[in-house]
Amino acid sequence: MEMIQIIGLGLIATVLILVIREQKPMFAFLLAAFTGLFIFLYVIGKIEAVITVLEDLASKSGIPSIYLKTVLKIIGIAYIAEFGAQIVRDAGLESIASKIEFAGKIFILVMAVPIINVIVETVIGLLPAGS
Amino acid sequence: MNIDVSAIFQIAGIGIIIAMIHSVLKQMGKEDMAHWVTVIGFVVVLFMVVRLLNELFQEIKTIFLFQ
Repeated sequence: MEMIQIIGLGLIATVLILVIREQKPMFAFLLAAFTGLFIFLYVIGKIEAVITVLEDLASKSGIPSIYLKTVLKIIGIAYIAEFGAQIVRDAGLESIASKIEFAGKIFILVMAVPIINVIVETVIGLLPAGS
Repeated sequence: MNIDVSAIFQIAGIGIIIAMIHSVLKQMGKEDMAHWVTVIGFVVVLFMVVRLLNELFQEIKTIFLFQ
């Protein structure tokens, strides 16, 4: 029944935002940001359990923990970047929103570089030496 | 949910009341006073939003293993 709570919260917040936007657009923006933060914070608490299970599985199967850490960091960056970009986009600043997304992509790429490096080294190790 | 849902209604209420006070003060001819009221209300709401944002970032840092 938590899903219904979230939907109700979103609907009520939308109505309130529409009412306030007539008078003060600034407050409407802050209210939208607050509602988004609230829902995000509520959901992120649930994700914690899933990630704990994931870590457990990874440690059981003997995957080096650095890989899982990198993947988790990438997921975190993706969530935050998407969230921030959407809030900024709500305020009508499309250019800054796309810059935030761009920065998110760059940081994800930087995080992924060690993994790519390992893959390339593995492939080179598979190739026959000399020739 | 350690932050109550009522915070959303609080923000909406602050917005509506500030808008009301603003228009009343404008009618009385005190333009600068009206603007100060708006700014103060805005700062109060901004403070609430930033506190929640801080909480979200701390949560993400702990969950997604940022050091």
